[in-house]
Amino acid sequence: MTAFEPDQSIANRLTGLQPGAQPPPRRQKTIPGTRDDGTLIEDPGKRAPLVLGDRSFGEVTDIVCGYAEAPMPKPWLALFTITSSIAALGTGMILYLIITGVGVWGLNNQVDWAWDITNFVFWIGIGHAGTLISAILCLLKQNWRTAVNRSAEAMTIFAVVCAGIFPGIHVGRVWFAWMLFPIPNSNAIWPNFRSPLLWDVFAVSTYATVSLLFWYMGMIPDLATLRDRAYLRLNRGISRPFAIPMPVGKDIVLPFMPRPDTIRAFVYGLLSLGWRFSSRHWHRYEKAYLMLAGISTPLVLSVHSIVSFDFATSILPGWHTTIFPPYFVAGAVFGGFAMVLLLLIPIRSILPNFSDLLTLRHLENMAKILLVTGTMVGFAYSMEFFIAWYGANKFEFEVFANNRVNPNVAPYWWAYWTMIICNVVFPQLFWFRKLRQNPVVIWIVALAVTIGMWFERFVIIVTSLHRAFIPGEWHMFFPTWVDILTFVGSCGIFMTLFLLFLKFLPVFAMAEVKLVMPQAHTDDHH
Amino acid sequence: MAGIKTLIAGAADYFPGFVRRPAPRFVTESGKRVYGIVAEFGETPAMYHAAEKVRDAGYSRWDVFSPFPVHGMEKAMGIKTTKLPLIAGGAAITGVAFAAFLQWITSDYLYPMVVQGKPYGAWEPFVPIMFELGVLFTAFACLFGMLALNGLPRFHHPLFSHERFYRVSNDRFVIAIEAEDPNFDPDKTRALLEKVGGSHITIIEEED
Repeated sequence: MTAFEPDQSIANRLTGLQPGAQPPPRRQKTIPGTRDDGTLIEDPGKRAPLVLGDRSFGEVTDIVCGYAEAPMPKPWLALFTITSSIAALGTGMILYLIITGVGVWGLNNQVDWAWDITNFVFWIGIGHAGTLISAILCLLKQNWRTAVNRSAEAMTIFAVVCAGIFPGIHVGRVWFAWMLFPIPNSNAIWPNFRSPLLWDVFAVSTYATVSLLFWYMGMIPDLATLRDRAYLRLNRGISRPFAIPMPVGKDIVLPFMPRPDTIRAFVYGLLSLGWRFSSRHWHRYEKAYLMLAGISTPLVLSVHSIVSFDFATSILPGWHTTIFPPYFVAGAVFGGFAMVLLLLIPIRSILPNFSDLLTLRHLENMAKILLVTGTMVGFAYSMEFFIAWYGANKFEFEVFANNRVNPNVAPYWWAYWTMIICNVVFPQLFWFRKLRQNPVVIWIVALAVTIGMWFERFVIIVTSLHRAFIPGEWHMFFPTWVDILTFVGSCGIFMTLFLLFLKFLPVFAMAEVKLVMPQAHTDDHH
Repeated sequence: MAGIKTLIAGAADYFPGFVRRPAPRFVTESGKRVYGIVAEFGETPAMYHAAEKVRDAGYSRWDVFSPFPVHGMEKAMGIKTTKLPLIAGGAAITGVAFAAFLQWITSDYLYPMVVQGKPYGAWEPFVPIMFELGVLFTAFACLFGMLALNGLPRFHHPLFSHERFYRVSNDRFVIAIEAEDPNFDPDKTRALLEKVGGSHITIIEEED
């Protein structure tokens, strides 16, 4: 790092004050002749840099805030148009279901949980990566987490939003959903606290609340930065008028509207609670952050354990398994990291300066976590199968062999083998360094894992349910168009929320990124 | 005690009429109360060593403003460890106790239900919700306890009238020594901040 030059810094600062202006991209994208961006060193005595391109504190601010203030690029607008339409479609499906009844889904007497609970477990599982990154990696002092924690936490919240929809609407009479909560009522009826379904209500709502608090607390200083930038622009009279961005052609300037910076200064100002970066405040803030990380770590492990109790405490062969809690938690982390990668890899190309903060090393680290958790999930699959045979429970073995695995007799063999190929085989590619350092390969594997994790929940729920003890109770499950569009709609809701997050909020935890930069050291020799 | 003082100071910000403030020790030429003196620093080590020197000069009502939480700052500034863990611990116990009470009173007393012949008051099935509510209460205590001890939300502060102060949220460091510090003296404090390497040393006045 060069010495501090006040003039240069002020000049940069002034250019950075233009809303949405980005510092120039770094000159060398990769080390000549390699795919390495300078972070893939394997020298144990050297730490890979977490921020590339010799960025200063000011440039990090400009990169992160710049994208939150700029009109979004055209791919963003095109994508947003599509995903918000899908989200509207999904909302329509939910309304249709509420108006008509759960009969619009393909559920039958035998398979009374199908895509609804599959989607619920799928989304809540995805929601585990964010808190894992912010809590467990914080306690383990993994500094690289600073590049991904904010977006992963945001993704967590949006995934939990999507997850919360399904148990809410699958109960049939949605207007009685309040009976899930222990509310005094005129019937003097209280919920059954011995039911894992009720534990689930508490676990998921606690998880959603704590994740939201954690996310918000981390964002307070960064929102204050956005507030200050908007205020300074207004103060210096270089603020832009209000305009509606169009996917094609010029933006439309609206008369008689407050400037966007006026709105920003107000909204970000309100949300940042008057944060003024005092060291006395930082001291308590860091303590609070550490304690939140400490309590979120057991929380994140407990939530999916409790979700798995929904199944494990039943007496249904295929569900009644003690391996479920750790197996579900490993699967949740696995699926969550896959979704983080699925979202963040395209962002590096759509918003190119983010590749200075989110380096190949970050992607490689997450690929390694995919490999570890994927192998754990593979171990769980084989152990489950082994115990079904070794435990000599005829019915449990039948569920595995004749409902899932054997293509000749199991009607859902394709779902089972899709799950195995996507979840167990694909991550094994990451044993090869070349492959786990290639963003395209990582993205494809992440996509496969996301599909595989949806099928895992489908396999667990539907293949166990669809054949009961008497052959007269055997029914297949066929999704209706409402089933399919509700799931697609939930993906739309998720993506829409994430795109809005990209537009309006700081995507990287600026204060934390600055903390792990070499300039943040308090000794003179670094 | 410190917490109560912070709360009163916070209340004074919202209801200035309710809390009487002592007469200002220093006023500017325009007759306004002096908040303090600020000095700016460009690099972390410079700011860190300057903070150590201000601490050694015996100041107590002063603060360092930095864009990120600087490691070891509590040592350089002589900040005592916060009471926040006590608040969080209290909240955790409250949450667990509340969950135990809620589940026991409903399952054993208000609405006993036979579930697989198990005793009504068995504690084992209550554990998951006791844990969840303990975590929930602790999380609220962490965030809101932190904000309360910090005197936030506080949307107005004398330092916000200083335009250069807004750089703190980007890449600069600011040391502010308040006029209410018993050691504060406009000339000596300014000299100290100059000696430790601060630039853009300015007197900040309050708007009251």
